[in-house]
Amino acid sequence: MTINWGALGTVFVVALAASVVLTGLFAVGVRGLSDRETVRAQGGTGTVQLTGAVACFAVCAAVIGYGIYLIVA
Amino acid sequence: MDFSLIVLVVIVAALAFDFTNGFHDTANAMATSIATGALKPRVAVAISAVLNLVGAFLSIEVAKTISGGIVDDTKITPVVIFAGLVGAIVWNLVTWLVGLPSSSSHALFGGLIGATWIASGADAVHFGKVVEKVLIPALASPIVAGLVALTGTFLVYRITAKARPDVVGKGFKTGQVLSASLVSLAHGTNDAQKTMGVITLALIAGGSLAPGSSPPVWVILCSGAAIAAGTYLGGWRIIQTMGKKLTEIQTPQGFAAETSSAAVILASSHLGFALSTTHVTSGGIIGSGLGRKLAEVRWGVAGKMVIAWALTLPAAAIVGAIAAAVSTRGSWGTVLVGAAGVLLALGIWLVSRRNPVTSATVNDEPAGEAAPVAA
Repeated sequence: MTINWGALGTVFVVALAASVVLTGLFAVGVRGLSDRETVRAQGGTGTVQLTGAVACFAVCAAVIGYGIYLIVA
Repeated sequence: MDFSLIVLVVIVAALAFDFTNGFHDTANAMATSIATGALKPRVAVAISAVLNLVGAFLSIEVAKTISGGIVDDTKITPVVIFAGLVGAIVWNLVTWLVGLPSSSSHALFGGLIGATWIASGADAVHFGKVVEKVLIPALASPIVAGLVALTGTFLVYRITAKARPDVVGKGFKTGQVLSASLVSLAHGTNDAQKTMGVITLALIAGGSLAPGSSPPVWVILCSGAAIAAGTYLGGWRIIQTMGKKLTEIQTPQGFAAETSSAAVILASSHLGFALSTTHVTSGGIIGSGLGRKLAEVRWGVAGKMVIAWALTLPAAAIVGAIAAAVSTRGSWGTVLVGAAGVLLALGIWLVSRRNPVTSATVNDEPAGEAAPVAA
């Protein structure tokens, strides 16, 4: 019987990293959308905030796409 | 392709198990989305069903995952597989009745271990492998997923603390739809595979396929369809336990819990560490409960779930062993076990009618702690 502690550790680290990146970026994106609303309410355009938010969501999508690619391939 | 009657019976039993696997595990992916209102219950199970079917086709690693060396493949006959499946189905139905999210994989392993033990003796079961492939992951997976979800939830609340609540609510609702879909897909690649593996094993044991064959397309199609149909039926009882009873869930928490679960499942299946999807998602939900300040985890419910997890393998093994003891006596025994299984399933379904949980009532406050246990 060999317990593969290395694999378990890797799962933990990879999952933690992926999860922190995804939830963190998504939260920053949502925060950006929120800031955009605030800026617009004050008469600004909020384009910078919107661009930032979209960039965050795009990176999230890319990370997920890469994850699925790893599983399928 | 022609095969004997017993192999046909095993295929039917395997698909029946797959079906229970589907409705038992709908909660894993969709409980938090349904609880937060991100998805309507019917829509949630439909999405989950389709993605499970898609996931079934994505997988390639099949034959290895089923037995994984837990039992001695050379000593397995179709009758033993049948008895193991009966054990797994019975335990899945009982835990569904009381609304407990136990692991379908453990039920399957337990059933096979019990049946093999009775039919071929204890040395046909590789207990070292059981510890390595079943026990250690069972302990590790909820902790890993819980810690990951805790970190994710904490981060999400920290970052969005000063954001507008309406934007946060809407944003994470959308996020949850995506993260829940990812969990469903991961589930399809994992659990539909197990049934495909069992059917393939039966076909090999019955001599219809050469040893080491990949599952034929019709097996993949049937397994995917069975798990999708089960998923669409919706295990509303278990969804209620995971979405409402364990802890109150807000959309950012649901998003964090699901993202963490998907990450853990996908990482582990890619790196070859077998984890139970049920254990991962339950751990994720508890972690997200702890990660939000003041969110209360109902440890009584969590404790009951852990007891069910611990019991799953031995209980399914006992049922599998009894089924094997009877069904290896001859054709009449197999017929008897099959008939008993069908009657039991019917009985459990009738009992469940007395206190139904449906798509309409799944988000209601559960009617007291004692009710599901007494049922």
